[in-house]
Amino acid sequence: MADTLLDVRDLKIEATVYPPGEHPRKITIVDGVSLTLEKGRVLGLIGESGAGKSTIGLSSMAFGRGGVRITGGRVILNGRDILKAGRNGIRKLRGREVCYVAQSAAAAFNPAQRLMDQVVEAALKHGVANRAEAEKRAKALFRKLSLPDPDNIGKRYPHQVSGGQLQRVMTAMALCSEPDLIVFDEPTTALDVTTQIDVLAAIKDAIRDTGVAALYITHDLAVVAQVADDIVVLRHGKMVEKGTTYEIIKEPKQAYTQALVSVHHIGHEEKQPTTKPVLSVKNVTAGYGHGIVKVLKNVSVDIHPGQTLAVVGESGSGKSTLARAITGLLPPLQGEVIFEGRKLSNRLSERTKDDLRQLQMIYQMADVAMNPRQTVGTIIGRPLEFYFGMRGKQRDARVAELLDKIEMGKGFIDRYPAELSGGQKQRVCIARSLAAKPKLIVCDEVTSALDPLVAHGILELLLELQKEENVAYLFITHDLATVKSIADSIAVMYRGEVVRYGARTKVLTPPFDDYTDLLLSSVPEMEIGWLEKAIASARWRVRETNAVGWTRTRNSRFRPH
Amino acid sequence: MSFIVKLVAQRMALGILLLFAVSVLIFAGTQILPGDIAQAILGQSATPESLANLREQLGLNDPAYIRYFHWLGGVLTGDLGTAMSSGQDIATSIKGRLWNTLFLAFWAAVVAVPLAIILGLIAVRYRNGWVDKLISGLALASTSFPEFFIGYVLVYFFAVKWQIFPGISTVYDGMPFGERIQAIALPATALTLVVLAHMMRMTRAAILNVMQSAYVETAELKGLSAFNVIRKHAFPNAIAPIINVVMLNLAYLIVGVVVVEVIFVYPGMGQYLVDHVTKRDVPVVQAVGLIFAAVYISLNIIADIAAIVANPRLRHPK
Repeated sequence: MADTLLDVRDLKIEATVYPPGEHPRKITIVDGVSLTLEKGRVLGLIGESGAGKSTIGLSSMAFGRGGVRITGGRVILNGRDILKAGRNGIRKLRGREVCYVAQSAAAAFNPAQRLMDQVVEAALKHGVANRAEAEKRAKALFRKLSLPDPDNIGKRYPHQVSGGQLQRVMTAMALCSEPDLIVFDEPTTALDVTTQIDVLAAIKDAIRDTGVAALYITHDLAVVAQVADDIVVLRHGKMVEKGTTYEIIKEPKQAYTQALVSVHHIGHEEKQPTTKPVLSVKNVTAGYGHGIVKVLKNVSVDIHPGQTLAVVGESGSGKSTLARAITGLLPPLQGEVIFEGRKLSNRLSERTKDDLRQLQMIYQMADVAMNPRQTVGTIIGRPLEFYFGMRGKQRDARVAELLDKIEMGKGFIDRYPAELSGGQKQRVCIARSLAAKPKLIVCDEVTSALDPLVAHGILELLLELQKEENVAYLFITHDLATVKSIADSIAVMYRGEVVRYGARTKVLTPPFDDYTDLLLSSVPEMEIGWLEKAIASARWRVRETNAVGWTRTRNSRFRPH
Repeated sequence: MSFIVKLVAQRMALGILLLFAVSVLIFAGTQILPGDIAQAILGQSATPESLANLREQLGLNDPAYIRYFHWLGGVLTGDLGTAMSSGQDIATSIKGRLWNTLFLAFWAAVVAVPLAIILGLIAVRYRNGWVDKLISGLALASTSFPEFFIGYVLVYFFAVKWQIFPGISTVYDGMPFGERIQAIALPATALTLVVLAHMMRMTRAAILNVMQSAYVETAELKGLSAFNVIRKHAFPNAIAPIINVVMLNLAYLIVGVVVVEVIFVYPGMGQYLVDHVTKRDVPVVQAVGLIFAAVYISLNIIADIAAIVANPRLRHPK
């Protein structure tokens, strides 16, 4: 094929791992994957974490992270095997023929250099353009990617622009040296859903207009369906299925692909609010820096016994601050938190041990929420000792019981967190919070760091436990799909205020307020052409919404007038 | 920008406060030493009357805080008192010696700091290879040997055997610059060898820490050479801890040179201090202690301020 750009054949990649207390051993990360990419096309690589998608993407730049080594196969780019190119040959190709767009642009930019210097660096290094030409091109790209003030944004430092803007600057950086191929490694995963749609549209336009080919890596099938021409599904380093985007989305052949494609609905009946909430937040205003920055503004919500209140909003909307105010970590400036009819002390230090027991918390990052040097048994047993004074056999029996509840079994008692998978770690955290027999558990983005299928399992477990223990959840998330499947009531937050609140069906049924509408319409759907439709309707909505006090620009979010 | 000005002003104010606290400690420390200054001056055969007279004359009968403020007032107006052993004005004798010590420390730093940072960069470039191990090994070995050992080895080879540099670093007023440099070559080399490893290891560690970050990977994926990745992307972000350790070592060069100065009979502060400690000359010890503390504190303030200014988030607020 004359127009083949990238031809990966029977790629094998290994890594050396050093498990604690064991001999280092080699594991296979990518096992015999072959794929081809033609000039100007976009190939989606999709799979869960550990599927080897990033590793394959980086192999097209002959790069291996950490102890990763390419042990077999060929990577042919523009007709030559880059694995045999030698150190200088590889250096000439990186940043020139292939460029990389990382998941977290915030981390991928050098904080000590101005954006422009970083954007034009590769083009200058490879002699693609001189400084003036390169800057001119960069500015044109900033404009194409709808960045604000394209002529001057390059003078800023990375911390001076927002996450969504940085991701677009990174795309401009990749395009600046006019490469043949760009590797996009989860470029929108770290962004809010309302920002993701803009960045996605910008990336798609840029790919189309420049005719560059792309490897688009993501775990989100709905996202990749919007940008890719073809899709390769990966699992455990092996290829499961490949085909055009239409074939994968509409006619998946393999069971694993079908599981990914089918949207998981958890049959959760919405419960009616009771007369007496277990916890009420009344007119709480809270903030940092002695109240100079108000992050919560007059927030009031109720959580009913044995039910789930989902708090949804984008980053910076005050979701986690609400949790901190409820748990007493951040004493509110005004307002109060009522638990079972009585006011809780604002300060954590003034709350009784029983108050503490009744409110438990589960975090997004299960691995950092556990002491890595304690066994699972110690971790779960600690609240049993602390709150109930349980010791010895009694405690061990209860730990085993809790491990059964989280469907892990007492075989895990002597294991350390490092030996567990991400989902198992989160389950242990759930068991630890349940050990205190709380009335309310605050779940802060507990499934956000997990793969979709694993997250699904965690949600089902949480609902199951809710039925058994009659525990209420305050479920903080930015993921609307999760909200739809587990919530009884929903509070939509925006810039510290609750903009919509009520029973699930009521909140999710039109007519919507504009922010909720934007939020709901920004969630990618697994449908080819969704992105264009969503953007088009957003543009249409600009005219409609101006009248009611909200405006939407392509560069920014909703802004109150 | 005003934010930085405020931070800098805060650090300076803190430093001055700290210096006052140190002056109290130094004064109190010399007060609780056993023995009596009047007794020390007059010796065992002094009569009670002459002792009482001298005490009155020296103001030893005043309460401690009065004596402290008296001393502090003198210090603030540049009067460090009189050395008991020689009766000379301390400020005058210190001036020339402080200058000598700073001269030696400056030239040692001019060699040691760039050398340590360059060696650190090279060690990172060839990390875990033989170059890295060789650099680390030699640097650690040079630090592990005590200063006097290094000093004598240098004297043996360069002064006695090959006779390139003098073994005794005599300097005098009006000495030509070239000769002065030649005179301090050996002590400066000894000092360099002593402080090199610490700075080099810290440079290596700080940069290696930064090498894990995503932006270094970005730089590698732009096809930059390994050295440019380190120089342009890793080093500027590792600068704060490096500045700190450099300043700590500069302070050591000034304050910690005692042994080296004694070995090379170099007329600096260290030797002056040692001489007067043996003579139990309390005013001199107080004065030198205060000057050393001031040097230490100001270098650390400079390190603090430099680290603040090196942070782009503080230099360019949103």
